[in-house]
Amino acid sequence: MNGIHDLGGMHGLGPIPREENEPVFHADWERRMYALGRQLLSARIFSLDEFRHAIERIPPSMYLGLRYYEKWVIAATGLLIEKGIIKPAELKGLAPIKLNPTFTVGGRPNEPISALGHGAAGIRPRFKPGGKVIAKNVNPAGHTRLPRYARGKRGVIVLDEGVFALPDAVAHGGGVIAQHVYAVRFAARELWGGEASPRESVTIDLWEAYLEPAKGLRVNGRSRNGSGRS
Amino acid sequence: MAANHHEHDHHRHDEPESDAAIRVKALESILTSKGLMDTAALDMLVDTYENRVGPRNGARVVARAWVDFAFKKRLLSDATAAVNELGFPPGPEGFNLIVLENTSKVHNLVVCTLCSCYPWSVLGLPPVWYKSPAYRARAVSDPRGVMREFGAEIDDDVEIRVWDSSAEVRYLVLPERPAGSEALSEEELAELVTRDAMIGVAKVNPPQGTAKSRKRRSRVASRV
Repeated sequence: MNGIHDLGGMHGLGPIPREENEPVFHADWERRMYALGRQLLSARIFSLDEFRHAIERIPPSMYLGLRYYEKWVIAATGLLIEKGIIKPAELKGLAPIKLNPTFTVGGRPNEPISALGHGAAGIRPRFKPGGKVIAKNVNPAGHTRLPRYARGKRGVIVLDEGVFALPDAVAHGGGVIAQHVYAVRFAARELWGGEASPRESVTIDLWEAYLEPAKGLRVNGRSRNGSGRS
Repeated sequence: MAANHHEHDHHRHDEPESDAAIRVKALESILTSKGLMDTAALDMLVDTYENRVGPRNGARVVARAWVDFAFKKRLLSDATAAVNELGFPPGPEGFNLIVLENTSKVHNLVVCTLCSCYPWSVLGLPPVWYKSPAYRARAVSDPRGVMREFGAEIDDDVEIRVWDSSAEVRYLVLPERPAGSEALSEEELAELVTRDAMIGVAKVNPPQGTAKSRKRRSRVASRV
């Protein structure tokens, strides 16, 4: 989803808030929330992808102002209510914050598996290191790990990271769609334009479904219809 | 394994009456009454990430790589296995680790623009700034500016590679060994290595050469 969480390249968010001698947790409730979240994940009450998506579904007007573990409280509570595990009335009089609605595509919402290991089930990679690819220009309404700033941009595969479940499916109960994930390098100028440094790049871990071969695309021109030189 | 107590001794300003605190308490008691929580397991989890797993683990990995070339080679080809040699297994999620080597020509920096992915097994839980919207927004588009904010200047001719950790591998930066550290032991080298350098927003500073400062550092080490 084109949500507030997809922050890469945004301006105006101020200086980076650094803290000298920062504690691991800033309050006891953070400590408890961290443990609760981890327990819910390992008990397979919800999957990591569902949990991430729930955080993305926090109302955008709140998202930027919340402390990290406040997002965990809101997302975990919202998911537990949506799954019918707890009732709002049980929350000691504090009305739960409603997550933005989402959708379910299958009956397996709690799939915990992310990494399936190299060569899982004999799944062959579509791309090889060195191969030129283009990140698809897509705008799915659900969970995805393809950041907006990379969509439509051309990059080069630098690494095949192995086979993983596609989060876009897992987060919506779609089960395991296993495919290769690649580290794909994008020149800063491709992402941010000619003003960017020629000596900077961003490498993004992208599932195969997010990519298509860049053959036939012009390297420097504007045309992306395949008619240019490769 | 050394704990990080010194990093949070001064922060005990809990907010028991905050909205979030009440919500967490309610959640915990509902889930416990439904038999979905294992209190002992929760306490162990908290203890692990508060006291056992932290950036000192990563610093030991870096120091070993600086003094042991064969280890460094293994680290760069299969970091998950190499780090396990030092007794730091991958977290319960089993994420694979990739180590990125900084050189005089290439500087690596890690961010997660979409959430807060971080190499827990070697750095512990991430600091607030790593999870902040400001860092997540700017690290990919202005890495040199971000590093300046952390007090690190990177020459224009050095290539900067930003890694947006958007899937299920985790990245640890192997910083450059600083000049003037030739005489230091592996333990002393580990003391020089900071969390920020292993994320890539800073460099490892050269040691303060005097015997006095070295003594001070070893006092700090014995306290943790």
